[in-house]
Amino acid sequence: MDLEGQGRIKVVVEQAGTDDVIAVLGANSPTAVEMTALTLKTGDPSYAGPLTGVALGIPSYHVLEPEIADQFDPSLYERELALPALAMDVAEVVAPLKTIRDS
Amino acid sequence: MIELKGKRVLVIGERDGVNGPAIEACVRSAGAEVLYAETLCFV
Repeated sequence: MDLEGQGRIKVVVEQAGTDDVIAVLGANSPTAVEMTALTLKTGDPSYAGPLTGVALGIPSYHVLEPEIADQFDPSLYERELALPALAMDVAEVVAPLKTIRDS
Repeated sequence: MIELKGKRVLVIGERDGVNGPAIEACVRSAGAEVLYAETLCFV
């Protein structure tokens, strides 16, 4: 997540709070997913952005995780997600998320 | 299993994966509210 994005999210969360807030990610690499999920849970692990040291505690899910994707309108899934699901190794990409959520 | 209905969602899409507007449309279809959405681009 870039530094400007961290700043925007910090503002949103300061205004809206974190009750019932989750993040839904669309990245296609395990590293990008992991960095974003860690930033939103425990703070920016690179110690560079506005969320450094800010433990928001927001859980992250990937849009293609079955427990998330199963709740979408099936026609929207077909139109928006079927192709990306074919193009990425979903199991590999989502693997870090459960560990981070449970830690 | 988490239920999306009633949740407030930060959407962080990626251009080379699933973009923000696509995720927004999908989570709204499941009854969630979108608080924030962006699409990252790593070039």
